[in-house]
Amino acid sequence: MTFTKRAAAKLLLGTALAASMGTSAFADGHAKTKVGFVYVGPIGDGGWTFEHDKGRLAVEKEFGDSVETVFVESVAEGPDSERVMTQMALDGAELIFTTSFGYMDPTINVAKKFPNVKFEHATGYKRADNVSTYSARFYEGRAIQGHIAGSMTKSNIIGYIGSYPIPEVIRGINSAFIHARKVNPDVQFKIVWAYTWFDPAKEADAAKVLIEQGADVVLQHTDSTAPQAAAQEAGNVITFGQASDMGQYAPFPRVSSIIDDWAPYYIARVQAVKDGTWSSTDTWDGIGAGMVGIGEISDAVPADVKEQALALKASLADGSYHAFTGPLNKQDGTAFLADGETADDGTLAGMNFYVEGIEGDIPQ
Amino acid sequence: MIALVKRPEASRAFSLAAPLLAVLATMVFGGLLFMALGKDPFEAITTIFWEPLFGEFAFFYRPQLLIKGAPLVLIAIGLSLGFKAGIWNIGAEGQYIMGALFGAGVGLAFYPIESAFIFPLMVIAGAFGGWIWAMIPAILRVKFGTNEILVSLMLVYVAEQFLASMSLGLLKNPEGFGFPGSRNLQQYASTHNADLIAGSGMHWGVVAAFIAVIFAYVLLARHRLGFAIRVTGDAPRAAAFSGVNPARLVLFCLGMSGLLAGLAGMFEVSGPAGQVTIDFNVGYGFTAIIVAFLGRLHPVGILFAGGLMALTYIGGDIAQSKMGLPAAAIQVFQGMLLFFLLAFDLFTNYRLKFGRTETA
Repeated sequence: MTFTKRAAAKLLLGTALAASMGTSAFADGHAKTKVGFVYVGPIGDGGWTFEHDKGRLAVEKEFGDSVETVFVESVAEGPDSERVMTQMALDGAELIFTTSFGYMDPTINVAKKFPNVKFEHATGYKRADNVSTYSARFYEGRAIQGHIAGSMTKSNIIGYIGSYPIPEVIRGINSAFIHARKVNPDVQFKIVWAYTWFDPAKEADAAKVLIEQGADVVLQHTDSTAPQAAAQEAGNVITFGQASDMGQYAPFPRVSSIIDDWAPYYIARVQAVKDGTWSSTDTWDGIGAGMVGIGEISDAVPADVKEQALALKASLADGSYHAFTGPLNKQDGTAFLADGETADDGTLAGMNFYVEGIEGDIPQ
Repeated sequence: MIALVKRPEASRAFSLAAPLLAVLATMVFGGLLFMALGKDPFEAITTIFWEPLFGEFAFFYRPQLLIKGAPLVLIAIGLSLGFKAGIWNIGAEGQYIMGALFGAGVGLAFYPIESAFIFPLMVIAGAFGGWIWAMIPAILRVKFGTNEILVSLMLVYVAEQFLASMSLGLLKNPEGFGFPGSRNLQQYASTHNADLIAGSGMHWGVVAAFIAVIFAYVLLARHRLGFAIRVTGDAPRAAAFSGVNPARLVLFCLGMSGLLAGLAGMFEVSGPAGQVTIDFNVGYGFTAIIVAFLGRLHPVGILFAGGLMALTYIGGDIAQSKMGLPAAAIQVFQGMLLFFLLAFDLFTNYRLKFGRTETA
């Protein structure tokens, strides 16, 4: 019993300590604002975590000596992530970015214990007074990929490496498929589920399987460059960079890319903490706000296709076109969107069905 | 000339000293590694070994040591029984997953009924899940003479597929907006394996780990079955003469290690992890193999080894965030520990001989 009380008291003390360090930062202006980042992969993954870390470095560059950033990489989702977050909060972090969907419940748990520390959870849906969520509308980038893929495929088979069958990934498959079909009604998607975000060996195998099945375009929703290397080896297959530009494979096989650009958001949120104006928000930005970048479309893409792709990008950016615009049916033939209707964010956020024309089932 | 000469009898002193020497050597060479990375080696070593135990926030890290160490100890105790007898269960990771799935499955089947009977049922289901998964390699070996190392290892990947399927299908949270993963067992009182004393880290899995240590100690020291295990490992032919039934021993050792791994998985999913998710397993089943050997396959040794491994994990994370050490450096550091242990282990049975060697 005494142990409980003591531990609880100390934990509270820790919280108070973290909080008081926070206020002192405002008071004298010399103390640094500590910002923590929890990463699911290694910072050298060349994809997802690499881009988050670029966001962290941008924060350091922007604020210089008035900010100190700390990070831990390759943190398993579950109790390990909870411990790492707690440790950062105890060490005086005022703002902690948790950059994987699987950190959702741990983030909420730790946030309860540290009401004065702000948390930012990427791609989740649970919020609290001190927990914001943020994500990017990657599906807008997928529309452009679908357009280029549908225009360029000769075998009419497009391979897709899925990570996990979650709404985020399914949304991307649908968006790419819709826009590939628009320019090429004969196009077929072959989808392989890798059940990983980052595993070069598995991703390479998946790419090879797809190429053997006749795919001459491989889209990936996993983070390593292994599929790019597999495509390069095959010689006649095009790919797109995922999460990061993967420009080392340009101009061929990599013909374009989706780039996650977290830097503006991270800088804005750190600024908000320093100003004392931070509040819990739900951010879902796309090409328009600059959170989703489209890597340079290489010369391997025919000039007219490139022009159309850039026009599509412009219309997505200014909001004149939505990537999910009706008429669209679900895979089972039931109506999804009427002519001219666009999908609302709620439907998109929980998307768990394929659109009409995609073969195969979402793993259950 | 330096030569390795077999000792007439295994050196007891060296057997005990080897783990300590391994830790010491790891500190020295790990320090050199950190120095090569441009970090202060003394600060790194103290951050890893001292900070979690006696640092400013030790009140938080000490319970975390229990949480991180308990599944390692629980699994390693089971594995050590088999390893002593030359029965190699490499698939504890799979048994751990199956225990978690069985346990969580039983618990969630009752949702949202609250009852004190649910948790005990989950414990039984978790133990059964791990046991039945280990029985597959056991029965295949006894009946058909298959290699239990391969079969148990391959079954890990089968279990991982089950885990993915359950997270996406049968056990998926109906209120989870289509995202994979089960309901959070921490938020369902009857299934929550909470700290027995809040904030102490002492959940039922930790209690089970301590009980397993005592049970294994008594078994090995006092019980006929423990004698059979030891003698089979040391001298299989002598064991056969003394009436040990090898088939029964295989079934017992694999079954027991599966059962304990299943329990570890069940306590983890209902406690610290809370959820069945695709990435639920984080390698405890494999790390426990290191723990078992680091602990000299002795129950008390395993207890300390589990604590030490937990310490390097927790301290390693602190060093990452405080000093900016890369995760890979911490993993190399942990790898060194096993490497040096195996190296020093050689001297339990061999000694160095200096001078001229005679040729026979």
